[in-house]
Order: sequence, then structure tokens, then C-alpha cells
Amino acid sequence: MMSFFSYLLNGISLGAVYAIIALGYTMVYGIAKMLNFAHGDILMLGAYTAFIAFNSLGLPIPASALLAVIVCTLTGILTERIAYKPLRGANSLAVLITAIGVSYLLQNLALLIFGANPKSFQSFIPIKPLHLAGGALTIPGETIATILTGLIVAAGLLLFVHRTKAGQAMLAVSEDKGAATLMGVNVNATIAMTFAIGSALAAVAGILLCSAYPSLTPTTGAMPGIKAFVAAVLGGIGSIPGAFLGGVILGILENLSKAYISSKLSDAIVFSVLILVLLVKPSGILGKKITEKV
Amino acid sequence: MKKQSSMLLAAAMLLSLTACASSGAKSESTASEKAAGGSAKWKIGAEGPLSGGAAVYGNAVANGAELAVKEINEKGGINGYQIEFKKADDEHDQEKAVNAFNSLKDWGMQVLVGPTTSAPTIAVGSEAEADNLFVLTPTGSAVECTAPKNVFRVCFSDPAQGTKSAQYIGEHKLGKKVGVLYDSSDVYSSGIRDAFVEEAKKQGIELTEDQQFTADSNKDFSTQLQKLRDAGADLVFLPFYYTEAALVLKQANTMGYKPIFFGCDGMDGLLDVENFDSSLAEGLMLLTPYSADAEDERTKNFVKSYEAQYGDTPIQFAADAYDAVYAIKAAAEKEDLKPSLSVSEIGDGLEKGMTEIQLDGLTGSGMRWSAEGDVDKEPKAVRVENGSYVSAE
Repeated sequence: MMSFFSYLLNGISLGAVYAIIALGYTMVYGIAKMLNFAHGDILMLGAYTAFIAFNSLGLPIPASALLAVIVCTLTGILTERIAYKPLRGANSLAVLITAIGVSYLLQNLALLIFGANPKSFQSFIPIKPLHLAGGALTIPGETIATILTGLIVAAGLLLFVHRTKAGQAMLAVSEDKGAATLMGVNVNATIAMTFAIGSALAAVAGILLCSAYPSLTPTTGAMPGIKAFVAAVLGGIGSIPGAFLGGVILGILENLSKAYISSKLSDAIVFSVLILVLLVKPSGILGKKITEKV
Repeated sequence: MKKQSSMLLAAAMLLSLTACASSGAKSESTASEKAAGGSAKWKIGAEGPLSGGAAVYGNAVANGAELAVKEINEKGGINGYQIEFKKADDEHDQEKAVNAFNSLKDWGMQVLVGPTTSAPTIAVGSEAEADNLFVLTPTGSAVECTAPKNVFRVCFSDPAQGTKSAQYIGEHKLGKKVGVLYDSSDVYSSGIRDAFVEEAKKQGIELTEDQQFTADSNKDFSTQLQKLRDAGADLVFLPFYYTEAALVLKQANTMGYKPIFFGCDGMDGLLDVENFDSSLAEGLMLLTPYSADAEDERTKNFVKSYEAQYGDTPIQFAADAYDAVYAIKAAAEKEDLKPSLSVSEIGDGLEKGMTEIQLDGLTGSGMRWSAEGDVDKEPKAVRVENGSYVSAE
């Protein structure tokens, strides 16, 4: 029984990281209706920025994190302006392929600048691990921080979207770009802002990911990015609580199947579950047919 | 239009004919120059992933080989002839590996030091067999790499590492219950693991848990570690690369799980990860033919000049490539080969020479090669103490 709880905890730890990445994914998809496959790589960029700010420039942790957020936000706005904006009218496949291209570009740029050698990321989270039940259960400080941050971010996003003018503009753009333009909403500025917010979230996710799993390479963001995308789809893409829930469920599923079925087959099992869920509920767990986007 | 293009084609053919003729003439003239004490040169190529996710290995191989070439040239070359060196990028991709190999061949390569990784080595090996071009892969460790008769290797094959590790653990009675964690999506890791499990049974080692992960989920190992701990494993064998191992050690530490961790040559490099907290690796053991912290004169000189040249501590891949060039030198001198010979003649000579030499290198002393192309050498067991390697003997 004890070991079950500990597997569950491991799953939640991993799931919390997926969840926080998935929030950024779902945000951009909800508004701009595009899958930003480069999200995982912007995350990696954020982690590298934080690493360099902290270890080479000697900045304190909050300043390093802030710098990472700024760099990622700028990168997000810039890639949107250069790579995605010219394709605003094009079909979604062209945009998707461009996003994959941006993803490879960022990975290889990082390889050129930072090299292929892994760097060991110093945890930015000062919380000590919690030992329960006489050391049989351990909750890493990073997990506590990731879950709290994820909840705060999700709540903040919901408030922002529903309670502010800019958020309302986002909702309008996600419903109907043409009508939003007619109503005086600046569609381009709104989408740019969405990317800015999504990328800032990626920076936070990058720092949390690398604090929990401290091996930083140019491909660090790639696989977690894809898993987080799956989490967002599982929860219902475009839905903020759905992204959070999807991430946690994915993490738990992955770890329980590792523990009780086979550590070799865990990915196969997780993805089979995804297919099953989508067969029964094609819009994901919390997705509605006509979703109230974001 | 059609006529025009056929004319063009004919012209092109004519041109290439004359080109052939002139290149033939040129090689003759270089041969005569050489006879007159001239300037013929060895052309040695190196190949590996110089970019992409495995770039750290390819660059290490290219640098290690280049350093050896430089030293040999300064001391008068191979059998009195200088060496020209060229490297090519294969991005750890089979097709690109063959392309890179062909471009090196166009350049006039006579001997290849490479490829670096297993899959490209297999692809290039069969390609090179047609020309009987001698291939010495420093680090292609999969069994199949040395299947063609013209391919030799400097590193251990995967099974050899697994077997040696199990023997070492058995002979030194390091653990009562032994667990294994390995990357089931990787040939290197699962190859070592299979041989390890087989030999462990012969050694009478009690194997408890056999846990896997894949390249797609290589961040979180806490569940696997938990299972190993629940099974009471007091030694855990980790046959994979240090990138993942750094995470395993951190997560085991968070859990408070402290078995003996035991790794292979892929673990070497762990202590050089930028900003790595080396206290996590305290007590870690690994079986490796080379370590950058070794105290012998040869290793110390190598590390010093490598660091001066490339600003990096050389990992085992660099040392293997360095030894590879010296092995070629020894075999070529044993057979009295000259660069004026044809590629196939050089290939024949080196294939014979390799089985006759005995080489003291960075990755082993008294290395000998079998006709199958595999090396016989003893790995050293090292243990991490106070953040650096010490001999475990």
C-alpha cells in the first residue's frame, strides 16, 4: 500500500511538470488555433537563460528567472512576427510545418551556442523535500512548487481571460477573427500578446522542469513538449483546467503502468489510454463540443 | 533540344575522360616524386556526428584523431610519410554517414577513423567493404560493426562490457542482490545488459529487479528506483550514458536510496558535466578502459595537450580515436606500407598488420586485435571519491 502511494506521488510530480508546460500549449492553441510545436524549445531556451544568468552572471534566483521570462517572451513575439504572422491566412498545415521548422531551428541554434554537453541545472526551488511515513514517502520540494505554480498560473489565466478587456479580446479572436476585427479588436496585437504570455509560461515551465530534472541539453524541451501536448489534448485542448488535469493524469498513468505493468511498455500504455479517451470523448476530458476557448 | 542535350552529355563524357586521364597522370607523377624522396601523403579521414544530438561524441572523436595526427606528423609521420587529415559530419544518421564516407573517398581517403556511433558504422562498413578500404572505428560498439573483414574497432563490443562488469562484480562480491536499470530503446544499453545478465547467472549473482526506460521517457526514474529499493537491491548496474545517469543519481538521493551504483564506459564524463554536484556520484563505480584523471604519463600528456587545443576535458571517445590513429601507424609500419599503394593494398596490409601488433595506448596497455576486428584489453575499475576517480583495485 505504501509503495502504491509513493508511485502515485512520483506520478503527480512528473504530471505537474507536464501540466505547467501544457498550460502554455493550450493557451496558444485556444486563441491562435495553432499548435506551436516550438513551445518545448522556447522552454529549453528559458532554462538555458536562467542557467547562464545564475551560474555565469551570478544573478540571484528571482532575477535569473525574470531574465528567462523576458528572453522567452521576446523570442515568442519575434518568432510569431517572423514565422507565423505572414502565414495568418494560410492553411493550418503550413503553419504546423513552420512550427516544426522553428522548433528545429531553436534546437540547433542552442546546439551552436551552448554545445551538446549536458549542463547540470541548479534547482531554483529552495523548498526542502518532505519526508512522510518515516522516510518511505518523499515529496520533492520541486513538486510542491510546480503544483502550486501550476494552480496559480491556471487561476491567473482564467481570471485574466474572463475579467480583463485584453482577455475578452482574446476570447473574441478565438471565436471569430473576422468579427473581432469588425468590432475593433486588434487581432494581430492580440495574437502577439497570446504568444508573449505562452512563451513567458514556457520560461517558468523550463525552470521548473530543469529544477526537478536537472539535466539541460538542447533537446531538453523536445520530448516533455510532446508529452505536454498529449496532456493538453487529453484534458481538452483549449481548456485551461483541462490542460492541468490532463498533465497530472498523464504523469500518474505513466508511473503506475511503469510500476504495475512494465517499465518498457509505459509509453505504449499511456498512448493507448489517450486513444481510448479520444474515442469516447473526442474533445478531451474537459473539452466541450463548442468550447469556451481558454 | 534533345540533340543539344545529347551533345552536352557527350561533351561532359569527353571532359570526364580527359579528367580521368589527367588524374591518372597526376598520381603517376606523385608516385615518381615519392620515389625521388618526394611528398606523397597518407590521407586519413574521420567521421562522426559533428552536429546534432550526439555531437559531443563525434567532435571528441574528430579532435582526438586530429591531435594524434598532429603529433605523428611532428615526429615524422607514418613510415616516413606525413598525414593529411579531414573530418566529415554524419549527424548520427545512416544515410548521411554513407554520404560523408563518399565525400571523404572523393577527397582521396585511404583509411577511415570512424564512424563514431554504431548504426552509421554498420552502414559505412558494408559500403567500405566493396573497396576494401580499411575502417577502424574508435567507438562503434555494437557487435555487428566489425562484421565486414575490413572493419576493426578500438573500444569493447557491448557484450564484452557487460560480461566484464558481471565478472568484476562477481569476483569482488560487491553486492548481495543486484538490480539492473537500462535503456531498452538503445542498442548499446540493452546489448550490455543482455550480456551482463547472462554472465551474472554464471557468476552466481542474485539478480532481483530488471527495470527499463526508453529514450522517450528518460527524465523520471523515481518509480524504477522505488522498485529496485523495494526489492532490496544493494548494487544497481547502470549501463547507459551519463546524461541520464546524472538524473538517476539525483533522484535516488532525493529518495534516500543509497546502493552501489555501477556503470560502464558511457558513464565516463559524468564528473565533467557543467555544474554537476559531484557529491551525488560519491561511491559510484565504473568499469572503463580510460579515465581522464589517470595518473600515468601518457594520459596526463594527452589530457594536457587536448585541453590546450580544444578547451575541453577529453572523454573516452577522444581517447579511443587517438589510439586508433596510433594503431594504424603501428600496423602500417609493421607491414611497411606506403601511401603510394592502392586503397585495397593498404586495406590488405592493415588487416594483416592489426592482428600482429601490440599497442600500449590510452585505453589499455598491451592491446591486441583478433582477425575478426575485436580488441582484447583489460578495463580498469574506478570509484568516485571526493569528486574524482580513484582506482578501485
